Amino acid sequence: MDSRRRNFIGGGGGAAVLALAAGAGLLKPGSAWAQAGWNKAAFETKSLNDAVKAMGGASATESKDIVITSPDIAENGAVVPFTISSKLPKTQSIALLVEKNPNILAASFGIPDGTEPWVNTRVKMGQTSNVIALVKADGKFYYVSKEVKVTLGGCGG
Amino acid sequence: MADPMKIRATMVGDKVEVKVLMSHEMETGQRKDSKGAAIPAWFIQNVTATHNGKTVLSAEWGPAVSKNPFLSFRFAGGKPGDKVVITWVDNKGEKRTDETTIS
Repeated sequence: MDSRRRNFIGGGGGAAVLALAAGAGLLKPGSAWAQAGWNKAAFETKSLNDAVKAMGGASATESKDIVITSPDIAENGAVVPFTISSKLPKTQSIALLVEKNPNILAASFGIPDGTEPWVNTRVKMGQTSNVIALVKADGKFYYVSKEVKVTLGGCGG
Repeated sequence: MADPMKIRATMVGDKVEVKVLMSHEMETGQRKDSKGAAIPAWFIQNVTATHNGKTVLSAEWGPAVSKNPFLSFRFAGGKPGDKVVITWVDNKGEKRTDETTIS
């Protein structure tokens, strides 16, 4: 009897906390289930430097060995295709950042040995913005940026 | 339950090119519904691709990845007939795993 009551209270408390988190959370309700392998801090950053720091680096150097392939003008900001490739030796990860999105980091890819430092994906862009490809190679961070004009924003409200 | 992913894995030279199309809302949490209430964020956070049990790509995504995400990457060491398995997990803890055979 007593233990059931305890369980009930425990369960109710958990749900309340969750509801509170969902209500208060500007984004990410369900962060209670956030994955261990998901760098929450990095996804909440607003600038390149903060994103680099959240990923465990100090600063990033510009590099011509990273190439962003994308349209110069995106008609629909909801679907902007990007290909990022890196010629830097020992590329460990590739991240795509959109400077003027509410949160700068869009996606990050871990590149194990044997996988080509080349990814292709599609992201949303709220407005015309610089897009940054951030590459971690041999423990250091490098980046290259490119402006992409957006005619119709993709974070519509 | 989310719809299955569409996965293609083909040999391009000596590498395997994988293309994945996932079916997911990828709601940002920034939008509001007609009553002005915020629509909660709902997006894929982690994507893992394995080939013969070895991870060939691990991705972390934010809500800025487009609806029904597309992803393409290339890895070495695969041959026709091998299996490529892709798994995603979203911020609600929902999962989906699909596999394909390299052709």
